[in-house]
Amino acid sequence: MNLVQFYAQHSGEVLGLIGQHLYLVAISTGVAIAVGLPVGIVLTRRPRWRGPVLGLANVVQTIPSLALFGFLIPLPLIGGIGARTAVVALVLYGLLPIVRNTYTGITSVDAAVREAGRGMGMTDRQLLLMVDLPLALGVILAGVRIATVVNVGTATIAAAIGAGGLGVYIFRGVAMVNDALILAGALPAALMALAADGLLGLAERRLAWRPK
Amino acid sequence: MTPALEVRGLRYALPEAGAGRVLVEDLSFTVGSGETLVLLGRSGSGKTTTLKLINRLLEPTAGEVRLAGERAADLPVTRLRRRIGYVIQEIGLFPHFTVEQNVGLVPRLEAWPPARTAERVRELLELVGLDPRQFSTRYPHQLSGGQRQRVGVARALAADPPLLLLDEPFGALDPITRVELQREFRTLEGRLAKGVVFVTHDVREGLLLGTRIGLMHQGRLVFLGTPDEFRSSDNPEARAFMSAA
Repeated sequence: MNLVQFYAQHSGEVLGLIGQHLYLVAISTGVAIAVGLPVGIVLTRRPRWRGPVLGLANVVQTIPSLALFGFLIPLPLIGGIGARTAVVALVLYGLLPIVRNTYTGITSVDAAVREAGRGMGMTDRQLLLMVDLPLALGVILAGVRIATVVNVGTATIAAAIGAGGLGVYIFRGVAMVNDALILAGALPAALMALAADGLLGLAERRLAWRPK
Repeated sequence: MTPALEVRGLRYALPEAGAGRVLVEDLSFTVGSGETLVLLGRSGSGKTTTLKLINRLLEPTAGEVRLAGERAADLPVTRLRRRIGYVIQEIGLFPHFTVEQNVGLVPRLEAWPPARTAERVRELLELVGLDPRQFSTRYPHQLSGGQRQRVGVARALAADPPLLLLDEPFGALDPITRVELQREFRTLEGRLAKGVVFVTHDVREGLLLGTRIGLMHQGRLVFLGTPDEFRSSDNPEARAFMSAA
């Protein structure tokens, strides 16, 4: 059975899995931004927390994804079988690039520009919104892009804990030693990663300030 | 008349991490409107620190600063800074703002009506010798070093602050542009009628632009007087500077 026939016969299921996959990635990346951006900003204001926080995020990143899913299952509230556990794991993976890039982006803003801003009477909030964030936006978006692309890939493994997504085909294909079935899950996942990379790259170029 | 700036018994010691090293000690001077006090001294003599103590980028360990009679320490820090124009050597123009947005920053922070801000920006660009039609919409990276520093001066003047602090504003420019800007600044001083504190290590620049020279050495003011008095002073540090001129 070739891939085209497979998709033709299972179009409803395929679209459902793609939908689940997008949902996992969108929710987890969204939460990772909502948490990671403020944490990154706080680190630039409290440099002493930088070591511990980035260290912790780094450690999380080194945990193999299948193991992390496994660790989370027995936990109350965030654990269990299903999408919720997968989202928590994906959020944890997405945090590091976003926190780190937010921190790096803001700390690489020219010190003279920040001093001029403060010297002219900007409040902390104005300095953040008018100077730090606009000038760091390119680096921050690069972090969001990395987090998203990594999560599209990692989300395939979420199928192992019953979270659905395109990993369902991949695991089924592995179990049945069926290459076409593996491909049926892997191909759309790969295309999704490429699309996310392209779109966010475009956003980076359009939105971020850079000297021409 | 109340002087634009009054500094009395100013002292600044680094916080305990810096082993309490004293950077500025027992500093007192006043600057009237229309007067330019040049703070002259070697690197590390405390000139830049003094400016930062005036606009509270650093908080004095002791002593007080008064702005037109008001204690700087009693004013909210952002309000204080918006009443003081500040120009640094690196200029620090906002790279993502146009010239117009850079110059109009403090008026915008102060929520001026847009039309008034635009009018003020035009006026200031003309004052510093930049054609508004040509330069308003440019970004800093599209300007030469001299043009950038002109924008820096215009930006500092935007909200018509009674006091102007300049920290080696022409230090990074090529010699020809520097002399050009020094001459223009001299003309500007007369028209502005503001109190100006101008930091430099260039004695020729100091003598050209200062109505008075304050010589700093190891955190202290070791001489304060007119340029003529400075030329004939027998203070050893003043002699050292004069022999370098």
